[in-house]
Amino acid sequence: MADTSDLKKGFKMLIDKQPYQVVESQFVKPGKGQAFFRTKLKNMITGAVIDRTYKSGEKLEKADTEERTMQYLYAEGDSYVFMDTQSYDQLRISAEQLGDNVHYLLDNMEVDVMLFEGRPIGVTPPTFVVLEVTQTDPGFKGDTSGNTTKPATLSTGLVVNVPLFVNVGDKLKIDTRTGQYVERVKG
Amino acid sequence: MSAKRSSVAAVLAGGAGNPAWVAGRVLQIAGERAAICDETGTLWVELDPPRPDLEPGAWVEARGRWLGTHLQGTLGLLGLPRRPFPAPDGEWRSLRESGRLQRLRARARMLAAVRAFFDDEGFLEVETPTMVPSPGLDPHLDAYRVEGLEGADARWLITSPEYQMKRLLAGGAERIYQTARCFRRGERGPLHEPEFTMVEWYRAFAGVDDVMRDTETLVAHVARATLGGTTIAPAHGASVDVAPPWERLTVRDAFRRYAGVEMDAVLPDEERFFRLLVEAIEPRLGRERPVFLTHWPITMASLARSSPEDPSVCERFEAYVAGVELCNGFGELVDPDEQRLRLERDQRAREAMGKPVYPIDERFVASLEEGIPPSGGNALGFDRLVMLLLGTERVQDVVALPYARL
Repeated sequence: MADTSDLKKGFKMLIDKQPYQVVESQFVKPGKGQAFFRTKLKNMITGAVIDRTYKSGEKLEKADTEERTMQYLYAEGDSYVFMDTQSYDQLRISAEQLGDNVHYLLDNMEVDVMLFEGRPIGVTPPTFVVLEVTQTDPGFKGDTSGNTTKPATLSTGLVVNVPLFVNVGDKLKIDTRTGQYVERVKG
Repeated sequence: MSAKRSSVAAVLAGGAGNPAWVAGRVLQIAGERAAICDETGTLWVELDPPRPDLEPGAWVEARGRWLGTHLQGTLGLLGLPRRPFPAPDGEWRSLRESGRLQRLRARARMLAAVRAFFDDEGFLEVETPTMVPSPGLDPHLDAYRVEGLEGADARWLITSPEYQMKRLLAGGAERIYQTARCFRRGERGPLHEPEFTMVEWYRAFAGVDDVMRDTETLVAHVARATLGGTTIAPAHGASVDVAPPWERLTVRDAFRRYAGVEMDAVLPDEERFFRLLVEAIEPRLGRERPVFLTHWPITMASLARSSPEDPSVCERFEAYVAGVELCNGFGELVDPDEQRLRLERDQRAREAMGKPVYPIDERFVASLEEGIPPSGGNALGFDRLVMLLLGTERVQDVVALPYARL
């Protein structure tokens, strides 16, 4: 059993049968009164952030979560198939659960899959992925609109803003945390 | 050649052509020049002939002439670091690079201003012991026990110097203050360090209103003396004018105004009382100007006397600035029988909570029996005051070495 002394950033706990991760935790105590921990907790399934205040010493339930490295194999209909790189077990994750991460999946890519009570609840792709441009307007010389970027569609369907010099067929490094263009890569 | 070593700042201020002699640390070597940094600033020193023996972090002394862009002369090596400079978790990063050293200078000026205030008011500065036979029985404060004592005389580190200072009142001291190191077990957070500095003072023949006036004039004095004005910019929230008079708000009115409930309805459930206090009330207190929260429930009176006009509350106050509790003061309880009853009640409360039960400080109770004049006192967290005046986020930003770096 955990208690409030475990309330540190990143700690995973169970509230109403849902897994939450501590985003922020602060010790608060009136000079002559009961001590509390004021926390911000993120629901690991829905992403919703809630505020909770715990009495110092209160018991907490640790969430049964684990992170496993898995390889992306292929898409099948609306689900995506991954393989545990240690046990070779296969696992399906729906497009809805993957959210924006759908746009970063490349064949055989290794990702971290978060499991809650054995079921997948989230995927963390590598911080940077390289994707090819499939569509973008040519950058105009003498563009007077003042724009320094333009939209480009990448091989996975992701649309990002890129500098005017980027062309179809270019390979771009994308930051998967922000979904933004980082740089053009050679080769 | 200058006959005396001076600071980098003095050399820069002195202008081109003057003799210069400085000592400091090499921050950077770029081509034929090295950047030398001391407590006050950084300047470039010409390396002629080249100095392969230098590296970043080296302590050096440079003597020569300041040419307006760099110092020309001789450079003596005083010492070399044994690990790459700057060390990521090292002292230079913590003190010099983070701006902590500047904040410590401001803190020292603030402490001097506190002393000047009390000295001018005719207070005597005292130093009472840190190791005591009872650290106070407040059920919500935990103390550190001192190890290695001879005999049966158990000692704890003070959580505040209140018992000892009140004994001095019985002895005939009328106006006393001290800046005491206090220790509270298990308190760690942006507003808490387990070891901190308390400014605590007592006034005989005075009451809770006099001590509230002391508090607001003290804080305004320290702000004027060190910042040049009374408007401060706390890290969280808008600026606050600390000029007196501060707002007075009873706990009862605060519960009505900010929590929408009657204090007396909440009181039977002490946890709910404190939960509303920390969640709904405290964050909203002292946002434009500081506020004194007054007339606390008699069950939370600690060492405060009950209010003559309403025995359900006591003469206890706390001041809040930008949502931060700054101090806790009392119209002091001087009745020894009432005091003993409260101490015994606190002992039972500690036992029920499964906490160590500290002894009653019999010399403290005896001093009340000997007689203490009607008095007021206050304990103000000096680290929090510095934090608020400097606008930093955490008390750890304004101490020399935070607990986490020990």
